Amino acid sequence: MSQIRIEGVCKTYASKAGRVAALEDVDLTIEPNEFVTLVGPSGCGKSTLLKLIGALIRPSRGVVRFDGTPLTRPTSDVGIVFQDAVLLEWRNVLDNVLLPAEILGLDRAAARARAIHLLDLVGLRGFELRAPRELSGGMQQRASICRALIHDPSVLLMDEPFAALDAMTREELGFELMRIWDTDKKTVVFVTHNIAEAIRLADRVVAMSPRPGRIAKVLKVELPRPRTLDMEFTPQFKAYSDEIREVIYRGTGASR
Amino acid sequence: MTTTNATAISAAEDEALEPASSPLKAIVGSTLTFIAMVIAWEVVVRRLNIPGWLLPSPSAIADAMWDWRSELVGHFLVTLYETLVGFAVAIAVSVPLAVAVVYSPVLQNTIYPILLAFQSMPKVAIAPLLALWIGFGALPKIIVVFLVCFFPIVVATATGLTAVPGSLMDLIRSLSASQTQTFMKIRFPTAMPHIFVGLKIAITFAVIGAVIGEFVGSENGLGYLILVSTSQSRTPLAFGALVLLTVMSIVLYYGIAFIERIVVPWAPRN
Repeated sequence: MSQIRIEGVCKTYASKAGRVAALEDVDLTIEPNEFVTLVGPSGCGKSTLLKLIGALIRPSRGVVRFDGTPLTRPTSDVGIVFQDAVLLEWRNVLDNVLLPAEILGLDRAAARARAIHLLDLVGLRGFELRAPRELSGGMQQRASICRALIHDPSVLLMDEPFAALDAMTREELGFELMRIWDTDKKTVVFVTHNIAEAIRLADRVVAMSPRPGRIAKVLKVELPRPRTLDMEFTPQFKAYSDEIREVIYRGTGASR
Repeated sequence: MTTTNATAISAAEDEALEPASSPLKAIVGSTLTFIAMVIAWEVVVRRLNIPGWLLPSPSAIADAMWDWRSELVGHFLVTLYETLVGFAVAIAVSVPLAVAVVYSPVLQNTIYPILLAFQSMPKVAIAPLLALWIGFGALPKIIVVFLVCFFPIVVATATGLTAVPGSLMDLIRSLSASQTQTFMKIRFPTAMPHIFVGLKIAITFAVIGAVIGEFVGSENGLGYLILVSTSQSRTPLAFGALVLLTVMSIVLYYGIAFIERIVVPWAPRN
C-alpha cells in the first residue's frame, strides 16, 4: 500500500546541445491502488517519470516519496514491465517468471505456486516449460507481467507495455490487466502514447506535453468499472479524448 | 532480443517463400558435387599426363596417404596437440580478461585500446621471432595459436557481456540484484552465444596458426611435413597432409558447433 508523491521533480540530461530538460516541475500524488496512466507524445518525459518512480534514475531536483519516505534507491516493492518482454531466452516461461523471486531470495515453493497461479491468470497454463521464443509477442508480454507480479509488489510500473503488439492483442491485454488488477489491487503507473488506451484503463489520466516535459492536465476518468469496449463510443469517452488531445497538442498547431 | 511479434502464421508464410532447401538436400548436393570434382580432377590429371610432382591425382594422393599412414598420424597428432593447447590457453586467458575489461573502467581505458591496436598486427609474422626466442619445440607453435585465437575470443566475450538489453538491466537494478547475481543470471548467459561465435572464428585461425608456426621452424607436424615433402618433390604426400589439415579444421569447427548446441541451445542457428 504505497502512496507515491512526486514533489517538484525536474530531470535534466546533459547532451551535445547543452542541458536538456526532460521533466520540469512535476508534482503528482498517486494514491494506493490507483490506476494512473501517463500519456503524451514522444519527448514528453513520461518514461523518464516512470523511471524516477522506479528509482532507476535520480531527479535533478525535487523528490519522489513512497508513503512519505524519500526514494533514494530501487525498492523491491515495485514490479516493472517494459515495451519488450525481455524474457531470458535460456529459461523456460516458469523460470523467467521466477527470476525476481530468485534474486530477492524468496521462498522457492511459495514463489513457484504463485508463478503457476499468475500464469494461469493470464492464460499461460500449459506453457510453463516452453521457451520464450516459442511464444507469440502477446504471450511473451503476458509472461513478463507475471514476472513483474511474482514478488507481489504494491506498485506496478508499465512502460508502454503493449506498444509493440497488434491492436487487437493490445486491447485484449488491456482488459486482462484490468481483470488482474481488480482481483489483486496494486498501484499501477502505466505509460502509453495511445490516448484511447490511457482513458480505457485509468482512474486518472496524466496528460503530458513535451519540451520541456511537464504535466499538462490530470483528468479523472468517471467511467464505471469493469470497463468495456462499448464505453469508447460514448460521448463521455470522446469528451475525455478531446480534452486530452487539446492539452497535449496545445501550441503545436496540430490541435483541432 | 528476438523479434517478439513473430507469429506461427508469419513463420509459415516465410517458409513457403523460401526456395526449397533442406539440410539433407544440401548435404547430398554438396557431397555429389565434391565427388564429381574429385573424378574430374583424376580424369584431367590422367588425360593430360600431368606429372605427379606438379599435381598428383586424387588416387595418387590416396596411395601416398596409405603408404605414409603412420607418419601422417604422428604429424597429425602433433599439429592437433599444438592447436588444441593453444586454443584452450586462449580461452582460459581471453574470457576472464574480457570479464575484467567489461567490469573495470580502468582496464577499459588502459589495456583494451592497446589490445585492439595489437590486434591489427599480423600475429603470424611474430612466428620467426618466437622461433628465435624459444626454439623449435611445441611451445612457439602453441604461442602462435594462442595469439591468433586470443582476440576473436576477447572481443566476442566483451561484446556479449555488454549485449544485455537496457530494459533488462533496469529490471535487474530495480530488484537490487548483486553483481554476482547479475553476472551469473544475466550477463554471462547473454554472452554465451557471442562467445561461441568467437570460438568458432578462433578455432579456424588456430589450425592456421599451428601450421604457420611449423613452417617457420620445426621437426614435426603437418606444416613441417608439407614443407619437407614439397622440397623433396613428394607432392602427393604434401597433398595428403593438406587433406588431413582440412579434415582437422572441419572436425574442430563442427566440434565447437556441437558443443554450442548443447551448452547454448537457445543460440540462433544458421
